[in-house]
Amino acid sequence: MSISHGMALEETGEAEDGLVIAGARLVLDPAGALWWPAERMLIVADLHLEKGSSFAARGVPLPPYDTRATLALLAQVVERRRPRSIVALGDSFHDRRGADRLGEEERAGIAALMRGREMIWVAGNHDPDPMPGLGGLHVDELRAGPLTLRHEPSGDGAGEVAGHFHPVARLMVRGRGLRRRCFATDGARLVMPALGAYAGGLNIRDAALARLFPGAYAAHLVGGARIYRIAHHACLPDRAG
Amino acid sequence: MDAARDDQLPEPFRSWFAGRGWAPRAHQLELLAKAREGRSTLLIAPTGAGKTLAGFLPSLVELSGRPRARNSVRPPGVHTLYISPLKALAVDVARNLERPAEEMALPIRIETRTGDTPASRRQRQRRDPPDILLTTPEQIALLLASADAEHLFGDLRRVVLDELHALAGSKRGDLLSLGLARLRKIAPQAQTVGLSATVADPETLRRWLVPQTGENEMGDLVIAEAGAAPSLSMLDSVAQVPWAGHTARHSLKEIYALIKANTTTLVFVNTRMQAELLFQELWRINDANLPIALHHGSLDVSQRRRVEAAMGEGRLKAVVCTSSLDLGIDWGAVDLVINVGAPKGSSRLMQRIGRANHRLDEPSRAVLVPANRFEVLECRAALEAVRAGAQDSAVERSGALDVLAQHVLGMACAGPFASDELYGEVTSAEPYAGLSRTDFDDVVAFVATGGYALRAYERFARIRQMKDGRWRVTNPMVAQQYRLNVGTIVEATMLKVRLASAKSRYGGRVLGEVEEYFAEQLSPGDTFVFAGEVLEFLSIVEDEVRATRTSAAEPKVPSYEGGKFPLSTFLASRVRALLAEPARWSTLPGQVHEWLDLQKLRSRLPGRADLLVETFPRGGRHYLVAYPFEGRLAHQTLGMLLTRRLDRARLRPLGFVANDYALAIYGISDMSLAIEQGRLDLDALFDADMLGDDLEDWLAESALMKRTFRKCAVIAGLIERRFPGKEKNSRQVTMSTDLVYDVLRRHEPGHVLLRAARQDAATGLLDIRRLSDMLTRIRGRIDHIALPRVSPLAVPVMLEIGREMVAGEAHEALLAEAEDELVREAMDGVDIAWDGAGGDGRG
Repeated sequence: MSISHGMALEETGEAEDGLVIAGARLVLDPAGALWWPAERMLIVADLHLEKGSSFAARGVPLPPYDTRATLALLAQVVERRRPRSIVALGDSFHDRRGADRLGEEERAGIAALMRGREMIWVAGNHDPDPMPGLGGLHVDELRAGPLTLRHEPSGDGAGEVAGHFHPVARLMVRGRGLRRRCFATDGARLVMPALGAYAGGLNIRDAALARLFPGAYAAHLVGGARIYRIAHHACLPDRAG
Repeated sequence: MDAARDDQLPEPFRSWFAGRGWAPRAHQLELLAKAREGRSTLLIAPTGAGKTLAGFLPSLVELSGRPRARNSVRPPGVHTLYISPLKALAVDVARNLERPAEEMALPIRIETRTGDTPASRRQRQRRDPPDILLTTPEQIALLLASADAEHLFGDLRRVVLDELHALAGSKRGDLLSLGLARLRKIAPQAQTVGLSATVADPETLRRWLVPQTGENEMGDLVIAEAGAAPSLSMLDSVAQVPWAGHTARHSLKEIYALIKANTTTLVFVNTRMQAELLFQELWRINDANLPIALHHGSLDVSQRRRVEAAMGEGRLKAVVCTSSLDLGIDWGAVDLVINVGAPKGSSRLMQRIGRANHRLDEPSRAVLVPANRFEVLECRAALEAVRAGAQDSAVERSGALDVLAQHVLGMACAGPFASDELYGEVTSAEPYAGLSRTDFDDVVAFVATGGYALRAYERFARIRQMKDGRWRVTNPMVAQQYRLNVGTIVEATMLKVRLASAKSRYGGRVLGEVEEYFAEQLSPGDTFVFAGEVLEFLSIVEDEVRATRTSAAEPKVPSYEGGKFPLSTFLASRVRALLAEPARWSTLPGQVHEWLDLQKLRSRLPGRADLLVETFPRGGRHYLVAYPFEGRLAHQTLGMLLTRRLDRARLRPLGFVANDYALAIYGISDMSLAIEQGRLDLDALFDADMLGDDLEDWLAESALMKRTFRKCAVIAGLIERRFPGKEKNSRQVTMSTDLVYDVLRRHEPGHVLLRAARQDAATGLLDIRRLSDMLTRIRGRIDHIALPRVSPLAVPVMLEIGREMVAGEAHEALLAEAEDELVREAMDGVDIAWDGAGGDGRG
C-alpha cells in the first residue's frame, strides 16, 4: 500500500484543491483556511484565541500556549498567501474578555498579521462585540461578491461560507480510527474547520451539521500537506441516533 | 512455652480462643510482641493463615484494656485504621471483626467508610470517630485533605495495610504512601502493620512501613508458616494444541468435566473477552445445567454483586472470571482453580491458586490450561516457578508525579503548608524517597498555576504563597474540585451496553459497559460477544450502546482488551531457558515437543541470552521475525521503532505484528538479501539508540502516549474527570485532551506533566524500560538466520497478521488509501479485493 499511495501523494501534491461556490473559485488550504485568489482574501474560522486562559480562570490551567500556536499557524498561511484581507469568521476569541488577557507577544503577533492588510472580525456567539483596542473592522456578517460570510450557518441560500460547528470527519481505515478537521460542503455552501489549537470538533454526520445540507455533501479533510475529499456517507458518525 | 504464650494473650482473649478450641498461631503472637515493642511490622502469610486477625489482635487487646474516656472534653479519635484495596474486603473484614468483639463483649466501635457510606454517617464519623475505621486509600486521601484530620487521627495507634503487595508499586499505592506519611506526621506514635502475600522482594514493603529518613530504615518482618504446597498440574489435552489464539476451545470438554467433578471452581482467564467467550462455550455444552456464572470488570456492578453473593452462599458450581476476582473475600467452598491461558506471571498465578481452599493444612488445587503452543511453554515454566516458590520481582519504579500533584493540592486543602516541611514529609514515603527537590518544586508550581514557563496564570492560582511563605488554597472552589477528582483510577470512557429489541431500538436492560474506543469501532450490523451473549450492534445513542440479541454463532468483531497483562520478565527468562534446553522438553506434550524439534531442524532455537532473528520470503512478501520474549507491549514499541528505521533504510516495511513472545515485520524488500549484501546491519537496526530521537518522534504521534497523558492530566488535577465534556449547547463541540497534549509538547516539552506521562510510558503501556533492558542485553548477540520459508516457531506470530493493524501511525497514508479505495470503487464499480497485509496471513 505504501508504494502506490506514496506516489499518489506526490503526484497530487502540486495541484491545489479547488472548489467553486456560487461562482467564486476558492482554494482549500491544507492549514484549514479558505483562499479566494480573485479577491486575495484569506478566510479562517473559530480561532478561539485565549481559550486556555478562559479555562484557567475557571480553575483548569490548560497550557497557555494555544493563542501563540493558533497565531503561528495563521501567520504561516498568511506568509504563503500574502492576502489583501483576512476574514475571521467569528469566535475569534473564546470569550468576550479574551482580548484583555492577550500576552504582549500574542498582541504583537496579531498586529503583525494585520499590518498592511484589511482585517475583518465577523461576530461570533463567543465574541459578539468588538474587542477593545484590537483594531480591524468588526461586522455581523459580510457580503463579498456572490458569497455571504457569517459565523453561524443559516442553512438557506447558496454562497454561504460559515464556521461555528468545527466540523471533523471520522473514518475507519483498516480497523484504525482517524479523526480530522474538515471543510463540509455540498457545492452550494461551505462550513469551515476551526483553526484554533484548542477548538474541538463536531462530527459532520451530527444532525446539527447534516441538516444544513439538503442532499449529499462531502468532507474535505485537512491533512498534513493536502486535502482529502471523502463523501459524507463514507464518514462515520460518533453517535448514531 | 505454653505459659509464655498464654502470658502474651490476656483475658478475655485466652478464654475466647480456648472456647473455640483454637490456639493462637505463632505469627499472631509474634505480631502482639512486635506491637508491645512498638515496632512496625510486615506480615507475610499465605491465605487462610489468619492474617487479618493477626493484624488486628494487638489493637483488640489494647482497646479492651483501655479505660473509657468518659471525662475527656473530646472523644478520642480513631485508634486503628485499616486500609484495603477493595471496598468489599473492608466491609467483610469489619463483619469478621464484629464477631469476636461481640462475643468477648469488648467496648469497641468498629465502622467502615467507603463510597457507599451515607453522608449522615460520614459526618458523624468526623465528629465522633469509631475506634477502628476500615476504609480504602481514596477515603484516606479525602479525610486527610480536611481540617478535621488532626482531630480524627491525632490519637492513632495502628495502621493496618491489607493486601499491601497489591497496592505497592501502583499509583494507588503511591497515593496511599503519601497519606501514610501525613498520618505519621499527625500521629508519630502510630505503628504500621503491612499484610502481604509472599513477594520476591519483602524489603521494599518493609521500607514502606516506616519513614525513609535515615539509611535503610525498615519495618520488622514476620513470616507465617507456609501452608501445604499447592497441587498443580497442566491439562494435557487430547485435542491438537492450537498454533495461536486464546480461547482454549480445544480443552473445553475437559474443563467442563473438571467443573462437574469439583464442588466449586474458579475459572480464571486473562481478558474480559476471553471470559465472555469461554462462558458462552461452557454453556453451549452445559447439558447438566450446572450453575456457571460470569464475573469481570465490565459487567454491571449489581450483576457482579449478585454473582459474589451467590458464590458466598455456595450456590454456584463455577465462575468464569478475570483478575476482577484475583483479590477479594475468601470463599471457603472453592476447591479448584483453573487458569485458562498462560498465567503471564508466577506471582499472579500463586495469588489465583491461593483462591482455592482456604484451609492451611490442605493443598490448594489448580489446573493450568494452555490455549496455544507458546502457552504450553509458558505454563510449564510457571509450574516450575510456583513449585520452586519463585516470584516475579517487582518492576522498579519511583512515585508518580501526577499522584504527588494530587496529594500536594489535598494537603493545601487540609491547611497551609510550608514547602520545606512538606518535601521532608513526602520523601519519607518509600516511593518518593528519591524525589528531587526540583521535581517537588515543579509539582508545587504545577498545582499553583499549571507550572508553565510562560507565567500567564498567576492571577488564576489555585494555591498561593502567604507572607510567611506557606502555601494556601485561594478559594473554596479549589477544595471542591479536589474532592471530585480524588483517586488514581482513571477509567477509559465507558459506554453502557443496553439490550434493545431490533424493532423499537429502545428500552431493555443494561448489560454492562464497554470502553468507548471499542464501541467506536463498531458499525451497525457488527456482532460482538458481551455479557455472555452474541449481540448485534445497532447504534450509539448518547452514552449508551444499543445492541440486540442475534442468532449469529460467531462474533464478527474480535476483542476488547480489558485487563490484558504482558508476560512477566521473570517468566520470560524461564521460557527462554526451557526452549534452550531440549533435554527438558520431555515434560511437554508430544505435539509441542515435535514442534520444537522441527524448529531445531529447519531453523535454530532462540538461545538463552541471544536474540534469534529469522528472515524469509512468503507469498510475495519478505518477513523478519525476532523472538525477544519480552511481552506484547515491549514488542509493539519495538515494532514501531524498527519499522521506522527500516523505512528510513528504504527497505519498505509494510507493517508488523507482535505477541508476547515474538515480533514479525513484513515488507516488500528482500531483507535476507539486504543483510547478505550488507545494506542492512542487524546490530545497528537493534541498537539501543532507537530509544533516543526515534522514540521521541514516534511518541509525538502515538495514540497510546496521548491516552497516558490524559490519565496523568486527570490524576494531577489539570483537567476534571469528565473532561472533555459536552458544552452546554446541543451541538456537542468536544475538545479532546489530545489537543492539549499537542500544544504542550510543542511549546514546553519538559513540562512536569509530560515528564509524568513519559515515566508512565516507560513502565506502562509502552514498556520502554523493558525494551531498553532487552536491547542492552542482546547487544552484539543477534543470531540471524536466513530461511527459504517460514519457520515452525514463526507460525503463531504470523497468524496474528490480519488480526492486528498495519504500519503503525501512518495516518496520512491511510487517509490517501481510504480516498483511493472509495474513488476506485466509484470509478470501476468493481468490488475491490482487500489486498492488504491481512490477506495472505489468514490461512
